[in-house]
Amino acid sequence: MAEELVLLDFWLSAFGMRVRIALAEKGIKYEYKEEDLRNKSALLLQMNPVHKKTPVLIHNGKPVCESLIQVQYIDEVWHHKSPLLPSDPYQRAIARFWADFVDKKIFELGTKTWQTKGEEQETAKKGFIESLKLLEGELGDKPYFGGENLGYVDVVLVPFYSWFYAYEKCGNFSIEAECPKLIAWAKRCMQMESVSKSLPDQEKVYGFVLHLKKMYGIE
Amino acid sequence: MSEEVKVFGAWGSPFSRRVELALRLKGVQYEYIEEDIFNNKSPLLLKYNPVHKKVPVLLHNGKPIAESLVILEYIEETWKSNPILPEDPYDKAMARFWAKFLDDKCLPALWKAGWSPENEREKAVEEACECLKTLEGALNGKRFFGGATVGLVDIAANFIAHWLGIIQEATGHELLSAEKFPHLFKWTDEFVSCSIVKESLPPRDKLLAFFKDRIAGAMDAPTEASK
Repeated sequence: MAEELVLLDFWLSAFGMRVRIALAEKGIKYEYKEEDLRNKSALLLQMNPVHKKTPVLIHNGKPVCESLIQVQYIDEVWHHKSPLLPSDPYQRAIARFWADFVDKKIFELGTKTWQTKGEEQETAKKGFIESLKLLEGELGDKPYFGGENLGYVDVVLVPFYSWFYAYEKCGNFSIEAECPKLIAWAKRCMQMESVSKSLPDQEKVYGFVLHLKKMYGIE
Repeated sequence: MSEEVKVFGAWGSPFSRRVELALRLKGVQYEYIEEDIFNNKSPLLLKYNPVHKKVPVLLHNGKPIAESLVILEYIEETWKSNPILPEDPYDKAMARFWAKFLDDKCLPALWKAGWSPENEREKAVEEACECLKTLEGALNGKRFFGGATVGLVDIAANFIAHWLGIIQEATGHELLSAEKFPHLFKWTDEFVSCSIVKESLPPRDKLLAFFKDRIAGAMDAPTEASK
């Protein structure tokens, strides 16, 4: 039976990158469709009527929405190759906890580092670094959050690395100075083709962020 | 082998009640530890959930897990009787989607609508009703979100079945009406009528008194203190 897999995505989306990495890790073929978020396709609106957002993974015509759910779905359907979640229930719970932490902290605080200024920006930068330090603690001495190989938390977190340069330039701070272990981890991940091919170039991201800042009137 | 299961919770928290309900549905014995989340969190809670410092925390043979939806998935994977998630990966993804929708969008919108000042109420109520309408659609005429039996989504929606009605009574503002959301309204009845669910809900009068007490003052969203 032919499998049909379509990913509706936006090149800049860290959430979409998660799905790209998961699919690449497992060597799964799919059709990538770039969405113009200012002009969302009829297909996107039909497949994700609740949130109207990317990424949307369409498997044999049935949509799966929300990146963490998509990555888990991919891991469960294609479980025989490169498992992302550990098999032990407690280790799985720990992985899910930290993925949830990334969603609650990294995206929101990271966004604030470029969307705000003054005291609000300083608070966001501080919270952002604190959150990264907690993640560094969780990583410990392991090469990856998943242990010897890329795992769920690696896939969930590493896309934001493509945004770090933009955060640093806009927020005027160095993430590497504060979190060297985390940057070392990110560079290690980037040596994997599944990651490097799924993340956009940092300068390109920064260029787009500058364009967005102009559009929103953020100085 | 003896199994040690403990739940650190708060009597009024829908999030900690979710965990208790799941354990009860699977017939798991546990020790419950009540936390004073507003004034005096215990050193144990802070030790077991240093990142968020919140309830609920599940402690299984000395190992802690935090975040109610993460805990529910762990409970499902550890104790196999009375499954709360479907086996099929797609159906499982759908259940996770609705549980996340509840936590990310629905519950915050309902909470906001319940406590909004007069000038913000109309917009807050509109957003809350959009969420309820979406849930009504998701229920799709089924008895429970889980189908014939209570599942993950039903457990995650416990706030709507019990807390929401009490807040409506305390504030005098109705959100979930039988006329506007007939299936969802019926679901709240079906859900709280299950004996195991009933046992795991906080007493109505105690909750009502709690909400009435705090009506005048500023109140944080439930995710802040009581989660």
